[in-house]
Amino acid sequence: MSYFEFLSVNSTRFIDGTLITAMQTVLAATLAIALALTTGLMRLAPNALIRGIATVYIEIFRGTSLLVQLYWIFFVLPLFGITLEKFTAGFVAVGMNLGAYGAELVRGAILSVPRGQWEAALALNMSPAKRMWRIILPQSLVIMLPPWGNLLIELLKGTALVSLISVADLMFEAKQINATTFLSAQAFGTALVVYYVMARFIITPFMRWLERATARKLGKA
Amino acid sequence: MFDWRWDFTAEILPRLIIATGNTLLAAGLGYAIAIVLGLILALAQRTPYRALTMTVREAVEFIRSTPLVLQIFFVFYVGPQFGVRLSPWVAGMIAIGLHYAAYLSEVYRGGLESVPKGQWEAATSLNLSTARTYFRIVIPQALPPSLAGMGNYLVGIFKDTPMLSVIGVAELMHTANAIGSESYRFLEPYTLVGVIFLMISLPSAALIRTFEAWVRRKLGMS
Amino acid sequence: MTEELSKYPLELTGGDVPMVRFKNVTKQYGDLVVLDSLNLDVAEGEMVAIIGPSGSGKTTVLRMLMTLETINGGVIYVDGQPLTHMHHHGRLVRASNRYLRQMRSNIGMCFQHFNLFPHMTALENCMEGPVHVLGLSKAEARERAENLLDLVGMSDKRDQHPSRLSGGQQQRVAIARAMAMRPKVMLFDEVTSALDPEVIGEVTNVIRKLVSEHNLTMLMVTHQMGFAKDISDRVCFFFDGKIEEQGAPDELFGNPKKERTQQFLSAVKEAV
Repeated sequence: MSYFEFLSVNSTRFIDGTLITAMQTVLAATLAIALALTTGLMRLAPNALIRGIATVYIEIFRGTSLLVQLYWIFFVLPLFGITLEKFTAGFVAVGMNLGAYGAELVRGAILSVPRGQWEAALALNMSPAKRMWRIILPQSLVIMLPPWGNLLIELLKGTALVSLISVADLMFEAKQINATTFLSAQAFGTALVVYYVMARFIITPFMRWLERATARKLGKA
Repeated sequence: MFDWRWDFTAEILPRLIIATGNTLLAAGLGYAIAIVLGLILALAQRTPYRALTMTVREAVEFIRSTPLVLQIFFVFYVGPQFGVRLSPWVAGMIAIGLHYAAYLSEVYRGGLESVPKGQWEAATSLNLSTARTYFRIVIPQALPPSLAGMGNYLVGIFKDTPMLSVIGVAELMHTANAIGSESYRFLEPYTLVGVIFLMISLPSAALIRTFEAWVRRKLGMS
Repeated sequence: MTEELSKYPLELTGGDVPMVRFKNVTKQYGDLVVLDSLNLDVAEGEMVAIIGPSGSGKTTVLRMLMTLETINGGVIYVDGQPLTHMHHHGRLVRASNRYLRQMRSNIGMCFQHFNLFPHMTALENCMEGPVHVLGLSKAEARERAENLLDLVGMSDKRDQHPSRLSGGQQQRVAIARAMAMRPKVMLFDEVTSALDPEVIGEVTNVIRKLVSEHNLTMLMVTHQMGFAKDISDRVCFFFDGKIEEQGAPDELFGNPKKERTQQFLSAVKEAV
């Protein structure tokens, strides 16, 4: 069977899998960004309890493996009465894992906004929330966007693990095709190329565009 | 309340501890491959041969942008298709070693680029050969700025070893899965795996920082 | 290129071979001509000071001699042999790496920013080349390095890393390191420019000592006009990639002929 025939026979499965991977990526990214912002800010809170909660979350999710977290959320969490459907468990695990890494980016970026900006905002008598939201966060956004680009590629790669709890993503379909055709190079090779295209030609250009747009908006371009 | 069974915990703990040894072995072997191969990938990108540098650059980008678990499957299953059977360990070490070699090559590249041009010029003026300049002059100076990144990826490779379970490497995750399917109990094995990972990865971050400071001192560069 | 090279001799012979000869040497970066068909002879044992405004190509002269820059036209001869070309079936062709390494052993260089190896002590810096390039035993290299560190007055700091040394001390170690290779030609590229004024003297004194005690051929790019006048046998004033004027130091500093030389020297004097 030529590679072209292989593709035309299996194209539906590859396309379906790619769509699921794309959905997992978008949902996990949304969760990761929300968690990163929340816990990254919590890490800077004056209240020790709030800081502590964020630290525990970050250390646990950064200190263990995504696969361990995924299995724990899918197999163990139901014992605590929280049963997540596999699709949900998948993006929740990926999002929580990458959110912990993102929190450190958020924290680092906020801390690297020059001191003068904090003082200037204080001098204008802005409330702490306003100061953060209007002055500090926009500036730290420019600083943290480039590393977020790398993190989102890690997140995309992370979604491949959801196939191990039978979410029918690209990785899962590749395994299925491999099992029925025994054409491993074609099955896994095609999936590798699709992941590469998503990372290099969708996520990376999108993040570059976002970086430029943000810089322009903040008058830094 | 969570139905945690301590007798079961005691029963499975020895198996998990033995598997931890395998996890550490896999991380260590994979890292050893990555450290050497990564240097080769980094140096290859500094040669004057454009075709070589571009090919290696693209290969590194490709490896970094695609999932490790898929690469593990690829290496494990593609061999037999062409008549080469790799054992799970060999396939796993190739895949994880190559994956982290790509990451480490980026760390090395940054380190190598941070060495001032004047160091090369001084080496030329002393007539040192290119190889000797790299090994005696440039790499020792590229090392300290690379250590933080190298340490991060050591912890990273350790945390990625559970993916080797998918092709049957008997590390921690694989053992926990086996226990789960034998006993239908997932709470203890999966939780213990998480705890073991935490117990190793949390202190190692601090250890790596200490080591980094020690190397800097050793090279007289602090 | 080969066409043009055929007019140059394969090597210099006869009674009066200069230690260094630049023959029609040209260097350009794209359209920018840094050195324009330079001709310069330096006799054995001669100390030539090169002065001129920045961008006049003076540092490029030294960097080409050290083979840190490629050459776009002409031929450089060192001790009668072509430096960046070699014989091939009776013609000159671009030198192989092996030939370059052989020729480079004639030349030593000190840099504006010292470029000491930061992870090696002063002594190790001076031993690196002798052990790993010249193939000396550790003991021989150590003895040579210690003698030279003594010469530059750095014996007591020989086990220090460069980060613990002042600029003047680092530059003196760098001189010892270059001398340890026993070059026939020494190049000093603005060796005092990065130094604080109060330590310039300790470096210039070492160079004075080398001039009086060793029969070395030296080329020195400098902004220290007084030092150049004191120490050199000849001064070359570079302007726009060419030697605008050259002569004995008393002559050139005391009675410059060309208008540009006069302008440069009076501008430098005003700055002091």
